[in-house]
Amino acid sequence: MAEFSININGEKHNVNVDPSTPLLWVLRDHLKMVGTKYGCGIAQCGACTVHFNGTAVRSCQLPISAAIDNKITTIEGLSEHGDHPVQKAWLEHDVPQCGYCQAGQIMTASALLKQNPNPSDKDIDNAMSGNICRCGTYIRIKAAIKTASDSQL
Amino acid sequence: MGRRSFIKSVSLAGGGLIIGFNWLACQGPTEEGGKELAMQMPEEWFELNGYLKIGDNGIVTIYSPNPEIGQNVKTSMPMIVAEELDVDWNNVVVEQAPLNTEVFTRQLAGGSQSIRQGWQSLRTAGATARQMLLTAAAKQWEVPVSELSVENGIISHKNSDRTIGYGEIAKAAVNVEIPEVVELKNIDSFKIIGTSRKNVDAKKIVTGQPLFGIDTFKEGMLIAMIVQPPAFGMEFKTMDAAKAKGMPGIKDVFTIDTYPDDMEKEWSDVAAFSKLVVVVGESTWQVMQAKKEVKVEWDLNPKLVKQIEILEKSAGMDGVSGLESTSIYMTLMSDVGSKKSEIVRRDGNPEKAFENAARVIERSYTCPFLSHNCMEPMNFFADVSGGKAELLGPIQTPEFAEKSVNKRLGLDLENIDIQMTRMGGGFGRRLYGHFLVEAAVISEKMGTPIKLVYSREDDMTNGVYRPAYHVTYRAALDANNKLTAFHVNAGGIPESPLFANRFPAGAIENYLAESWSMESNISTGAFRAPRSNFIAGAEQSFLDELSEEMDQDPIQFRLDLLDRAGKNPVGEENDYDAARYAGVLKLARDKSGWNNNTGLSRGVAAYYCHNSYVAQILDLSVKNNQPSVDKVTCAVDCGIVVNPDAAKNMVEGGTIDGIGHALYSEMTFKDGVPQQSNFDTYRLIRHKEAPKTIDVHFIENGIDPTGLGEPPFPPIQGALANALYKATGKRFYDQPFISHMQDDLKT
Repeated sequence: MAEFSININGEKHNVNVDPSTPLLWVLRDHLKMVGTKYGCGIAQCGACTVHFNGTAVRSCQLPISAAIDNKITTIEGLSEHGDHPVQKAWLEHDVPQCGYCQAGQIMTASALLKQNPNPSDKDIDNAMSGNICRCGTYIRIKAAIKTASDSQL
Repeated sequence: MGRRSFIKSVSLAGGGLIIGFNWLACQGPTEEGGKELAMQMPEEWFELNGYLKIGDNGIVTIYSPNPEIGQNVKTSMPMIVAEELDVDWNNVVVEQAPLNTEVFTRQLAGGSQSIRQGWQSLRTAGATARQMLLTAAAKQWEVPVSELSVENGIISHKNSDRTIGYGEIAKAAVNVEIPEVVELKNIDSFKIIGTSRKNVDAKKIVTGQPLFGIDTFKEGMLIAMIVQPPAFGMEFKTMDAAKAKGMPGIKDVFTIDTYPDDMEKEWSDVAAFSKLVVVVGESTWQVMQAKKEVKVEWDLNPKLVKQIEILEKSAGMDGVSGLESTSIYMTLMSDVGSKKSEIVRRDGNPEKAFENAARVIERSYTCPFLSHNCMEPMNFFADVSGGKAELLGPIQTPEFAEKSVNKRLGLDLENIDIQMTRMGGGFGRRLYGHFLVEAAVISEKMGTPIKLVYSREDDMTNGVYRPAYHVTYRAALDANNKLTAFHVNAGGIPESPLFANRFPAGAIENYLAESWSMESNISTGAFRAPRSNFIAGAEQSFLDELSEEMDQDPIQFRLDLLDRAGKNPVGEENDYDAARYAGVLKLARDKSGWNNNTGLSRGVAAYYCHNSYVAQILDLSVKNNQPSVDKVTCAVDCGIVVNPDAAKNMVEGGTIDGIGHALYSEMTFKDGVPQQSNFDTYRLIRHKEAPKTIDVHFIENGIDPTGLGEPPFPPIQGALANALYKATGKRFYDQPFISHMQDDLKT
């Protein structure tokens, strides 16, 4: 166990955990920020996606010891009022079915748009294929990304 | 909405309105929360019946009775109540009802029945409350009820200019005698039903608010996880947990027996393993680490292994292992199973027709076990103490789970409180509430609140899997290439997928349906559209091949059969409406431009299950043995469509899910050991593999609504197989298809 100070959504948090603890479980168990979801624990489903210095990463693979001194954004901090263009587009297209994977989808999509504001279908396919949606909302996810992309222009 | 107003709504109305807050917030995501700030929370609520309560300011809370697994009933069921109540949907707050068998019937997510079976009671609940509000207003104004009308929750008296809002009259309405008979609206006057309304939880979902069972946190709560046998057919013998118990944060390691032999079980009490090792600790990661350090010795479970020995011996196998392997299923199902079959339906004289046939076409189809793989792994919160149980989490069958807890722990039903959370997928997996019972047993043993969480590996290898199925179809053709007899012989491990009275029964003079099954120690159960999820694709593939052998257009071939079944049905009992069946085929044909050459490979399928009709036409191309689905055209008859855009979403999802499982997914076993345990080895359809477009068209017929959670899932598998044949010249008989496409690549 060791004391770690991490920057989540612009706020400093101190936690006392084993250094191997993945960021995912620090967020969920210790900080009670449960928007970041556990799906597989081996970086295969994307449900736990967060932004690490602006890049989409799987928080289940990021030990807390590697998270210090870096800027981490979770779904709770993507926007102040839930009005990030990607979140708005998700609502407009009424994307979710069960909804469990959607925070991870939104975090991957928003990182994609930041890096590539006008992604082609293929760019979207490539960026999003690490995020599983068991309900099969892929078509709406793509449509919402395109809407968000247009609104960013 | 800022924190202050959030707290205000909680303090005014109790915890329940937290959900309401989020729903209201989701109405105006682009308005910076303008609308919900303008909305005042009521000072007082008036409950008119178990389905709803009305605030003194006209806000209406509607309880959604059934569990929400992503089928969107939490939005569509309250819409039906709101319609008959005649309120402005923007003034409605939706809350998930807890299990309450006194108010609600069939609080279950399964069989695509929530809307169909809830239709009358939901309408009646809304209409009853409306009638009571009108009666109260009439009494206050001393006028006959017949002179009153309502629009958006405002009652008007046509002979005077008087109006009164539901919120103002609700207090008086509570004292009105509940009417025994109420008039329901004419469907032509619906204002909410038939219009698209957004998912009431959407804002909460896209902002990552706590919503799912796995998100539960309560003060003093510990985390529990399980260690289970490595193979089906094995059981716990002994363990050394000394090291695990000494690890940081670990509170205890012990064994439980979820379903003791002498317990009277519900149908939903199905579990892969009853005896489990349980590790309890302060945090999930600590418990995950400790799990690895529990040294468990497992033993063959003689009772379970015995069954498999019998199977293996009956298959004439050497070197009997006693533990099941997928490799034996094919032999068992094709060589042994069909010999055990029994006739389920027989029309005409099929034996003679086959004897006299000029040609007999025979094909067999198989599918593997499947894991449900809900994205939210199995979990449940339990706080069992002082003779009471508080249970909270994702469960499709709360009513049965309550009975299970009653029997397992001996608690009175009235002391068992079950709250349902939104579920990260269900697909049938959460019908089997062993995880809820496990959580209750663990909490009782620990004397603390606990949250039981399955790791993905635990979830996938502790399944209640979709059974493995096999079917052989035979068709007799006479010298004129006319179909004279049809024979289906279907079975599986451990159940047959046959629906003997479904199409094409009723359409063919000489018809024979046979069924068989064999036991297994691998736990199986319902998976999205049970049995249909295999037999539809197989049947629709066979009909496609048959139509080709008969030189007929595959759609016209089906329509001709349906025409016969409609006009002059064979047999007494045919479980489908031939006209509605033909209706979806025709609509799909028209909307897809069936006769146009798209340059793509096309397959068609249609099926009836769970009271709804679906036809799908799929266009794809294959490059380097990789299929790419361009477009799927879906035609659906589910009667009245309550929430069209959400219904469309469900059809899109079911279609993608069906393509994914038929193409990519399988659960296999070697000597009882599950060979897939996470998404690196278990393949699910991914974004880039989804169809580019799915067009969804609904039949408009005003018939009472039926469900959509399951019906789009089965037929697409046949449409896919038929399109793959067009693209490759090869018929696909065994799922998952991709493994057979890759066979070609290798050879």
